[in-house]
Amino acid sequence: MTEKQHIVIKGVKEGLVFLLDDQCPYDALIEELQYKLEKTHQQLLSGPLVHVHVKLGSRRLGEEAKEKIKSVIRAQGNLMIQSIESDAPASQDEQGADKLQVLTTIVRSGQIVKHDGDLLLIGDVNPGGSILCTGDIYVLGALRGVAHAGVEGHIDAIIAASLMRPTQLRIADVISRPPEEWMSGDSAMEFAYLSEGQMQIDKLSQMHRVRNNPIMFKYKEV
Amino acid sequence: MGEAIVITSGKGGVGKTTTSANIGTALALLGKKVCLVDTDIGLRNLDVVMGLENRIIYDLVDVAEGRCRLGQAIIKDKRFDELYMLPAAQTKDKDSVTPEQIRDIVLELKKEHDYIIIDCPAGIEQGFRNAVAGADRAIVVTTPENSAVRDADRVIGLLEQSKIPAKLVINRIRMNMVKSGEMLDIDEICQVLAIDLVGIVPDDEKVISAANNGEPTVMNPASKAAIAYRNIGRRILGDMVPLMQLDEKGGAFKRIRKFLGIG
Repeated sequence: MTEKQHIVIKGVKEGLVFLLDDQCPYDALIEELQYKLEKTHQQLLSGPLVHVHVKLGSRRLGEEAKEKIKSVIRAQGNLMIQSIESDAPASQDEQGADKLQVLTTIVRSGQIVKHDGDLLLIGDVNPGGSILCTGDIYVLGALRGVAHAGVEGHIDAIIAASLMRPTQLRIADVISRPPEEWMSGDSAMEFAYLSEGQMQIDKLSQMHRVRNNPIMFKYKEV
Repeated sequence: MGEAIVITSGKGGVGKTTTSANIGTALALLGKKVCLVDTDIGLRNLDVVMGLENRIIYDLVDVAEGRCRLGQAIIKDKRFDELYMLPAAQTKDKDSVTPEQIRDIVLELKKEHDYIIIDCPAGIEQGFRNAVAGADRAIVVTTPENSAVRDADRVIGLLEQSKIPAKLVINRIRMNMVKSGEMLDIDEICQVLAIDLVGIVPDDEKVISAANNGEPTVMNPASKAAIAYRNIGRRILGDMVPLMQLDEKGGAFKRIRKFLGIG
């Protein structure tokens, strides 16, 4: 263990914070965690009960992987895990930006576009055509077909379109057929989002109220 | 080497066969050597519309299966200098030929003719795949109805996948209904389908009577639809022809009033 350390253990008021590096491979992390707990940090383990917070940085882990970390730490009798978390907001933005795909095409009747992440479609979605995304959907064009954002249950996903004339909108597992009042004569850009489990439509200029964009708060503070 | 154009629509009954017959005849009237090919095996109509039903001896399936030479199956329309047609079989179905066989036949026809007009059956199954197999470009026919536009959109998607450039003909437009907002208007359709428009054809009763008499409408220059089809023919040849003004009615009196400045 002479190379760069992937795990930093800090003492805070409430107990210990394990800062795990988010760039190195997961296996290396586990190995080092085991090594540290068993070999180098013995002094931690002999004493009263200590609360532990694990911070994963921007790394995303499934339940199984989290469980593995928990079991390694729990193996030492006196460490009690309070939380395992990734720094959510910042990393989500980064991830969103990474996964935004730009697609220039017309989605015609009978065609389905599937995408993992956010999608920016430059072109129309015609009636009978569908877009399915795990993230947000932005259509620079007319949305006349079906759009399903947050396919895997992400209820914060939105659907935005230059011309909102969908046959059906779906966000996570909420399905909405546009009522007549959506079909307002004005062709303002609109977006759909979920508010308390209900589909809502609003002008695109109102999006900042739904999405409390962290960058905007930073500017306010300055 | 000629060019093969498939006339297709997805939906049935929008006027593929009528359009095929009339565009083919229009091109023949403009001095081109044209061959019409009916690929609607089992439900052939093009021969009826052209009035050539009683002259069929061999058909497309006979050619594909080698029972006759291509030249034996082709019928010459004697009303025109250079208009021919290859009829479909009436007793078989769409699966009795393969896209490869049709492609070979079309390739053979292209050597002898300037234009091959392929009449496609309704639907997007085997019959459609057969019809588009040999085509260089496509004309998608639709009518100002939502269902027809929806199917046209689907077909355009399939043609794009096969890398066949498509243009649009909007058939059976009733100007009075478009004006009153009961019918989709041309701009709306073009916006959704997002392909070039090659012509609009007004709804005209003469088309029906002409088809029943086995005479393509194009032959009767008094009909508005005939003018529309002739314009399409010229556009296919590359001429710039402005779209027909459908809403100007019964001209002479109005024109005089306009001329006098009181219209």
